[in-house]
Amino acid sequence: MEKYYHSVILDKELCMGCTNCIKKCPTEAIRVQQGKAKILNEKCIDCGECIRTCPYKAKIAQTDSWSLMENYKYKIALPAPSLYMQFDLKYTRVQILAAIKKLGFDYIYEVARGADIVTKASNLYIEKHKEDMPFISSACPAVVRLLRVRFPELLTRLMPMESPMEVSAANARREFCKMHNVSPEEVGVFFISPCAAKITSVKAPLVISKSNVDGVFGIKTVYPKLLRVLSKIDTSEVKLQATNGGVGWAVSGGEAVALNTENIISVDGIQNVVHVFEELEDGKLDDVDFIEASACTGGCLGGPLTVENLYVAKNRFRRYEEIRKEDIKPIDESEMTNIQFDKYPEYVDITTLDSDITVAMRKLREMNEIYKQLPALDCGACGSPSCRALAEDIVRGKANIESCIFVLRSRVRELAKEMMELEGLMPPVMEGHIVPEELKDDN
Amino acid sequence: MGVSGEVLKLEYDIVAEDFSSAGEASSGVKKTMKTLGISPEVIRKVAIAMYEAEINAVIHADGGKAYVTISPEKVEVVIEDRGPGIPNIDQAMQAGWSTAPENIREMGFGAGMGLPNMKRYTDEMFVESTVGVGTKVTLIVYIS
Repeated sequence: MEKYYHSVILDKELCMGCTNCIKKCPTEAIRVQQGKAKILNEKCIDCGECIRTCPYKAKIAQTDSWSLMENYKYKIALPAPSLYMQFDLKYTRVQILAAIKKLGFDYIYEVARGADIVTKASNLYIEKHKEDMPFISSACPAVVRLLRVRFPELLTRLMPMESPMEVSAANARREFCKMHNVSPEEVGVFFISPCAAKITSVKAPLVISKSNVDGVFGIKTVYPKLLRVLSKIDTSEVKLQATNGGVGWAVSGGEAVALNTENIISVDGIQNVVHVFEELEDGKLDDVDFIEASACTGGCLGGPLTVENLYVAKNRFRRYEEIRKEDIKPIDESEMTNIQFDKYPEYVDITTLDSDITVAMRKLREMNEIYKQLPALDCGACGSPSCRALAEDIVRGKANIESCIFVLRSRVRELAKEMMELEGLMPPVMEGHIVPEELKDDN
Repeated sequence: MGVSGEVLKLEYDIVAEDFSSAGEASSGVKKTMKTLGISPEVIRKVAIAMYEAEINAVIHADGGKAYVTISPEKVEVVIEDRGPGIPNIDQAMQAGWSTAPENIREMGFGAGMGLPNMKRYTDEMFVESTVGVGTKVTLIVYIS
């Protein structure tokens, strides 16, 4: 595996070199160079904000090809909770599950059940580790990656639980293999995802050594396939596996609903998440029990790979028929084994100017001097997201001050002025030479 | 680490009664420390202690000034105000002791944990205060 895997990539053909994406990126991970956007590998957290922002659809999420399924004898689908609300209410969850099966899957495992399991395990964990509160939910992989590059002190506050997707994948494979007496390698597990960050967490996991998921499809890829089969569907064999609480993880605030505490902050939208983490870092939120944070506005329902308007989808969830707990198979101890992770993600330092503090101080001073020469307009025309970011790029040797069009313009002007002055001068041997006043007195 | 001439000085205005921008100075210092590669523990200590001092200047005095000096050995924060001064510093250092008026407490501040918290998160702390003149709080956290 390469050092930095990213699911968010650039389609160079489509990129116009505009500056929309660089301004919206929460980790300032994009620059525009030579007319094209460039994603800085070490800074990008795969939140997908640029996919949403790009007017030319040049930022894409690298999902797996549908044909990947052919590599496996048996196929399992893991629908994300956010999938259901993409569809009109006339299609029930049972119908949607049956439709997924019809696309060629042998078994379906609702990630919402994984969410139910994680909720149960989290409650047990909180009960035993009250003194370590507040905890931060580890469900959103973009948030985990944000912590890794910007908030090293908060990494150990992560709830040490694998995501509902991973829990579902492990359980689904085990259950299926046991039921049909097949070996795990013959089974491909495929997640239907609302976002790019989940793809990254599968291809380059941080808290586990290898993901249990074999492939990831975007909701927007699967959606049209499902629409085609939904109306003519046989639901007799399908059973729901998860409560509405588990399905509710798709919406910001949903994860908090079933936790045994009400002292919870639910924050959504990556910039808002940054602000809450800053407060937490300053010790201002120590009296809170739990922080549920999702990179996307609205939670997973606002994911960049969804198709339905977030607010329309949210309303649908509110109108879902309540599923009685008795109708769902109770969670067994065996489903909760090995879901706790023991390796917290490691801090990746993208901020420090130099590992030697005296050099870093000198660079910082230089950076402040450069910043003073810049117009402070944050126009982005230089390809860096702000004047401060350009000053940093210059100090790091990745740009020069003439990248700023205002500095460049004033340099050109100075040069032009100097040229005009020179143009007015005549050497003494030529006609038109003006003898300077002070020299006149000498004669 | 040997004595080095390299120091970085930062200066911030703390605006009176402005709760929306309170904390901007400490958050600016936090950002600076991160670019210098100072360890997360030190950053956290400085940020928490400085924020408390900053909020104190907002609540009790008519704002003030923050002077920050960063060297490879330590971070020193001086917060100066021209507020009412502290008549009895020992008393003020006790947890829970507060002179914050009711309207401030209603905003969730003034629990009497300001100075004790500053002490807790710093390696050295000095308070100089003259009633009617003002207060100067010095906070020091060592880097190495």
